[in-house]
Amino acid sequence: MNARALFTAYITIVLREIRRFTRIWPQTLLPPAVTMTLYFIIFGNLIGSRIGEMGGFDYMSFIVPGLIMMAVITSSYANVVSSFFSMKFQRSVEELLVSPVPNWIILAGYVTGGMARGLGIGVIVTLLSLAFTRLQIHNLPMVVVTVFLTSALFAVGGFINALLATKFDDVSIVPTFVLTPLTYLGGVFYSIDLLPDFWQGVSMANPILYMVNGFRFGILGVSDVNPFVSLGMILVFIAVLSFIALKLLARGKGIRH
Amino acid sequence: MTNALEIRGLTKVYGSGFEALKGIDLHVAQGDFFALLGPNGAGKSTTLGIVCSLVTKTSGKVSVFGYDIDTHLSDAKLHLGVVPQEFNFNQFEKVFDIVTIQAGYYGIPLKKAAVSAEKYLKKLGLWDKRNTPARMLSGGMKRRLMIARALVHEPKLLILDEPTAGVDIELRRSMWSFLEEMNRQGTTIILTTHYLEEAEALCRNIAIIDHGRIVRNTSKRELLQQLSLETFLLDTETALENAPQLDGFSCRLDAEGVLEVDVHKGQALNEVFMQLEHKGIKVVSMRTKANRLEELFIRMVEQNAPGAEAIAEGTA
Repeated sequence: MNARALFTAYITIVLREIRRFTRIWPQTLLPPAVTMTLYFIIFGNLIGSRIGEMGGFDYMSFIVPGLIMMAVITSSYANVVSSFFSMKFQRSVEELLVSPVPNWIILAGYVTGGMARGLGIGVIVTLLSLAFTRLQIHNLPMVVVTVFLTSALFAVGGFINALLATKFDDVSIVPTFVLTPLTYLGGVFYSIDLLPDFWQGVSMANPILYMVNGFRFGILGVSDVNPFVSLGMILVFIAVLSFIALKLLARGKGIRH
Repeated sequence: MTNALEIRGLTKVYGSGFEALKGIDLHVAQGDFFALLGPNGAGKSTTLGIVCSLVTKTSGKVSVFGYDIDTHLSDAKLHLGVVPQEFNFNQFEKVFDIVTIQAGYYGIPLKKAAVSAEKYLKKLGLWDKRNTPARMLSGGMKRRLMIARALVHEPKLLILDEPTAGVDIELRRSMWSFLEEMNRQGTTIILTTHYLEEAEALCRNIAIIDHGRIVRNTSKRELLQQLSLETFLLDTETALENAPQLDGFSCRLDAEGVLEVDVHKGQALNEVFMQLEHKGIKVVSMRTKANRLEELFIRMVEQNAPGAEAIAEGTA
């Protein structure tokens, strides 16, 4: 396939993914908007007013970047894992396997589709947050780069999960038992300065902490970790997970007999 | 001329240890209409699955129009169209989208894909259903949709794995005409089927696979020439109480009182009628008892069954 044909194949996958999640928007776009609005009201307004300042900002301003990032992470991951696994389940993944689309285009197409949903949710949650706080942007390039890379990273993660999953339970295990705890413990609702030294050290092993803080630095200008270390970490994770995903695809793991 | 499909020494051992293919050699010439026959679990779908990249081979060589799937997989796939045994499209997508998306995977831009999709959806009688979600289609329509999808990129080799399974007779006949037309226009076709009548009607060359080995690979004509005996069913004007004695022919009455006559290769059917007429028996209609290819197929598969030799020798 020449470059133009490859691009057509890539765009075909991306558009199909976008069409899929917009067609079922009550399942894909609405729930995170509702959940995040509740977070803003309960944690930001009701409880946040009693907490006072966090990291030099009122509590609502502090949690907004983390909540946006949380929505982006879960949506990017969920889109790819559910879409690709349902293709496996329905066997429509065979449409791709018999075609000449190279594996890296398949991965890129799905990751872009996941990013489209993740970033779309990010925009929705950001707009909703404006009803509760005045959002300032400290470093726009940092905001954009961090959110794009984080979305890409979790979309790749979702792809690997979908390849390895053999039943529907496997699709929800990682989001429930890995992603959600890591996100909640990743500094979305608090600064790790509040933790004892030991738990601060443990928190530093949580990759989501770097993403949340990198994004928070872009918006508020404060971070528990060096934002450039965050970017470096995200890039390394993307490289490692993409390598694993391509290896699994080449071996036909979960998709070829 | 390069073969449309060339398979050499193909083996497949599944993770469970099951040896599905035990070194298959097969070639299909360009423009051929080829049938791969075999009982369930013989290795037909595994063979075609390897050709289509849905199954990974253990060893051996496969090339499609000269493109080795180990070294030129993308080129090989560009020449292939696949109609699988089971429905494998997104049931929630619309008919038109399923076909154009497939074209997109082959790098065909949407405008061109739309033209091709319209052509094949019209040919297969699905154009009126183009905006219908696939799950709303009948079984026959779903089968036709898979054919349209497989053809949208104009492949030179079309592989159909039991394309008419569960399809009513009328639709099956119309699908046969369509496939014959595709073949006449130059598309090489390989099909597997359980309807041996289908293989007999459509195909020029036939391979029979059993227990992971090709037990026969020849032309249909040559295969049918091996048939030394055919049984005819004769409906007589008046019901017979006993089967008549016919010189040189074995005959009997079946459970419904229909006269069955075995005619060996070289024997004239006229002789049967002459002898019956001489005995005052009038025949009002006649048909063959079973599909000819089916008889041969069963015979070959039985011969190839494990222990068949021992049974034949009376030692098992």
